[in-house]
Amino acid sequence: MSGNRETLQRYALAVLSHLLLVAAWHFFVVLGEVPKFVMPSPYATVHALLVPNYRWIENILVTSTEIFGGYILAVVIGIGIALLFSWFRTLEMLAMPLLVSLNMIPKVALGPLIIVWFSYGIGPNLMMAFAICFFPIVLTTARGLREVEPDLLDLVRTLKGSRWQIFTKIQLPGALPYIFSGMKVAAILAVAGAIVGEFLGSDRGLGYLMLQVQVTLDTAAMFMAVILITLIGMVLYGLVLGLERMLVVRDARIQ
Amino acid sequence: MSEPFIHLAGVKKVYRTRGVEFLAVSEVTFDVEAGELAALVGPSGCGKTTLLKILAGLHTHESGEVRIGSSRQPFDPSRDIGMVFQQPLLLKWRRVIDNVLLPAEILGLPMTASRNRAHDLLGLVGLKGSEDKYPYELSGGMQQRAAIARALIHDPKLILMDEPFGALDALTREKMNLELLRIWHEARKTIVFVTHGITEAVFLGTRVVVLTAGPARMADNFRVDLPHPRTLDLKTSEKFGEYSRRIYRLLGME
Repeated sequence: MSGNRETLQRYALAVLSHLLLVAAWHFFVVLGEVPKFVMPSPYATVHALLVPNYRWIENILVTSTEIFGGYILAVVIGIGIALLFSWFRTLEMLAMPLLVSLNMIPKVALGPLIIVWFSYGIGPNLMMAFAICFFPIVLTTARGLREVEPDLLDLVRTLKGSRWQIFTKIQLPGALPYIFSGMKVAAILAVAGAIVGEFLGSDRGLGYLMLQVQVTLDTAAMFMAVILITLIGMVLYGLVLGLERMLVVRDARIQ
Repeated sequence: MSEPFIHLAGVKKVYRTRGVEFLAVSEVTFDVEAGELAALVGPSGCGKTTLLKILAGLHTHESGEVRIGSSRQPFDPSRDIGMVFQQPLLLKWRRVIDNVLLPAEILGLPMTASRNRAHDLLGLVGLKGSEDKYPYELSGGMQQRAAIARALIHDPKLILMDEPFGALDALTREKMNLELLRIWHEARKTIVFVTHGITEAVFLGTRVVVLTAGPARMADNFRVDLPHPRTLDLKTSEKFGEYSRRIYRLLGME
């Protein structure tokens, strides 16, 4: 089974490159005698997890809620709006240019406003994550729903197929690869959105923790927070990839 | 004379874009008997695809008469048309068998019976064993075979083919021509086949309708009196050459 061996080799190399990075990091800090507040060693970084004051579990849960909540909201509303656009062309012509304009607003710039309107906490940060990843989903879904072969429509029309049949049998399954390409981009943006939200105003979460330990120059804890945020993002991305693998045939996937 | 299955008389179609009229089809008059394989041949812009779409009920025509079906062979436009295009247009996310079943699903035909029929048809088009494959696992020729099976699943009386082998390489195309003749012979359908290949038209057709471009009009309509089943050595015969030259002349290529 050369295919199996090749897969194994690929995984092994992927793990290796990560280990090499950690090793390089370790030796850079130890041999270079880098001060701890500039860059902590990998060991010191993990050690930061033992400080009970940092309430890691709670902060992880808060940030995860913001990321996953904002993301799921964006997926549901984004796909919903794209569906409405494909059913009502006039609505699309009316609202799509507006959405494009609104998308040009740097979402981060809305942060102070969101705080004025909704105060700070999980809710507003969730909205920031939503705002930043909503548009790519609308755009790719709308595009996917438009991409239908005209000849295929003719084929269904000769059979007097209904619009609903065209939608369920051709349009929607055909749009799935596009929807997932938007969802993958959005997964990365959602993480950034939630963290920026926490930076701007919050009293909990990993982003908030980073601001707290910045004052005391506990760089190790900041490193740990960054690693944990990255891991949350990887879990979300992994879930989306897994879902794509279940729903979209290999050949149709957009890489 | 018996009543023809397809009757076209003086069919004309004009497209209008921004007030400019464009003649797509004119003076088209021909009959096709039930069970014939009629080849529509002509250059790009001669209106052959438009004509096919008029037959499919996808386009309206300006004037003239279009009648499909006879008292012996009544025609139901919603379930008696099977279509094959230049591209196979299989749904990437469906296995071959489920692609073949698409028209049956749309028409709401009983699924168990249709599934059995789909298996039989895949055997007929030479795709036995590929039922559970995805389209990307098939070559272009095999995909087009699946598309032909799909066009036959609801047992339509008329199959409309729009340059179905135009995207295939020359060798596969020759092979598919022979396959089509075999399938046509076994399935006993009336086929209208659009092509710009002159020899393909003569080789496949029991009847050839020649269309010219600029102006778009019908130039000729004749029966091809060549024996069945047709074999490749027929292409070098005197009679085959005569038919081909006749079309070349009409298209101003001689």
